[in-house]
Amino acid sequence: MPVAVRVIPCLDVHAGRVVKGVNFVDLRDAGDPVELGAVYDAEGADELTFLDISASSDGRETTLEVVRRTAETVFIPLTVGGGVGSVADVDVLLRAGADKVAINTGAIRRPEVIGEITRRFGNQVLVLSVDARRSPDQPSGFEVTTHGGRRAAGIDAVAWARRGVEEGVGEILLNSMDADGTTAGFDLEMIAAVRAAVDVPLIASGGAGRVEDFPPAVAAGADAVLAATVFHFGTLTVGQVKDAIADAGFPVRRA
Amino acid sequence: MSPGPSSPDVVVLDYGSGNLRSAERAVARTGASVLLTDDAEAALEAPGLVVPGVGAYAACMAGLRAVGGPDVIAARVAAGRPTLAICVGHQILFGSGIEHGVEADGVGVWPGVVERLHAERLPHMGWNTVEAPSGTRLFDGVADERFYFVHSYGVRELDEPEGRLVTWAEHAGDRFVAGVEEGPLWSTQFHPEKSGDAGARLVANWVATI
Repeated sequence: MPVAVRVIPCLDVHAGRVVKGVNFVDLRDAGDPVELGAVYDAEGADELTFLDISASSDGRETTLEVVRRTAETVFIPLTVGGGVGSVADVDVLLRAGADKVAINTGAIRRPEVIGEITRRFGNQVLVLSVDARRSPDQPSGFEVTTHGGRRAAGIDAVAWARRGVEEGVGEILLNSMDADGTTAGFDLEMIAAVRAAVDVPLIASGGAGRVEDFPPAVAAGADAVLAATVFHFGTLTVGQVKDAIADAGFPVRRA
Repeated sequence: MSPGPSSPDVVVLDYGSGNLRSAERAVARTGASVLLTDDAEAALEAPGLVVPGVGAYAACMAGLRAVGGPDVIAARVAAGRPTLAICVGHQILFGSGIEHGVEADGVGVWPGVVERLHAERLPHMGWNTVEAPSGTRLFDGVADERFYFVHSYGVRELDEPEGRLVTWAEHAGDRFVAGVEEGPLWSTQFHPEKSGDAGARLVANWVATI
């Protein structure tokens, strides 16, 4: 049996609480991140991802504390992102208990930081988080956005994913900003386009609403599927998602 | 088991590699007392030693040498003291490692070269199954479980003489060593400290040998 398709609940953390909105606005409180992390672990989550969307340094410190507390109780891999732009940022997160770190705007601003981080901590430690949306302005039809999808970065999303791998990232987290929070399904064409461009593991994110949404994302080339809304508000359990993926003929881990 | 960090049951060797806290917590979860230290004497004398490892092979070996790790490992093997090595900690037990075209000497307890895996999709990242041999104590009760791997390099060939139990795993048709049990020295290519309940059981299996 090959490596299992990973199911990854994502916790957007703001000021120590899990929040979730639609297209990154209208944030709703979704609970305590440490408690939610433990629940997802018990449900069979294969990893957890924390994205710190705090704007202030106070918020960042609170998130570090959340990472520390979660890492004390949860024995599955923990990825943390949000505001990462330097080797020192990564060092702080790893020391707090993160296993992997996601980088987004920091890499757009200065792509060389990818190599600086991966030469120090290894390729496996760094996930390139790509917030992309459909755009006729880019060759692939997909463009990178920043500021929670509100601003175009002027970069082709597929070319950026390829560049990230060349610079050294060990994994791509591809988030469709058109689909994010809509629960209308993954952007399968975007997943397939990035899959064709890179060989590192690919995590598909954005738009999951029903169990039926997940197997097509895997068929399109995702090694892992990430979702927030459906898990936080009790629409789906990790187990139901795994059942759907397994029923479609893909391997999953049964906890 | 003795309480307190002054005389811990298990030392986790701190040689500048990442992932130390999770290894420490995984041991503590079994009820054993654990100390994270770079002190060679403490690492040599502890009832159990964990050698973690994350990152590049040559960098890990340099870090290990800086704290006298190779001698500690050799002395513990000679004295029959339980030692568990994880991920790059497992890889450095072999003869050498080749990364980015550069070959670096390992500790050399076991023969073999750590090489880049052939799979198109690397790193090999995620939960995979293993083929554990009969008689395994490391995988007792968890031989059918999945464990969390994250690596791009591995050992493809290792003899299995009397007294050495080798567990294998496969990624995209490439078969590599997932775990070794030989005397007091046990190792895993995957991360038991990140492998949920199955990993906890495996760590407990090892702690039970102390």
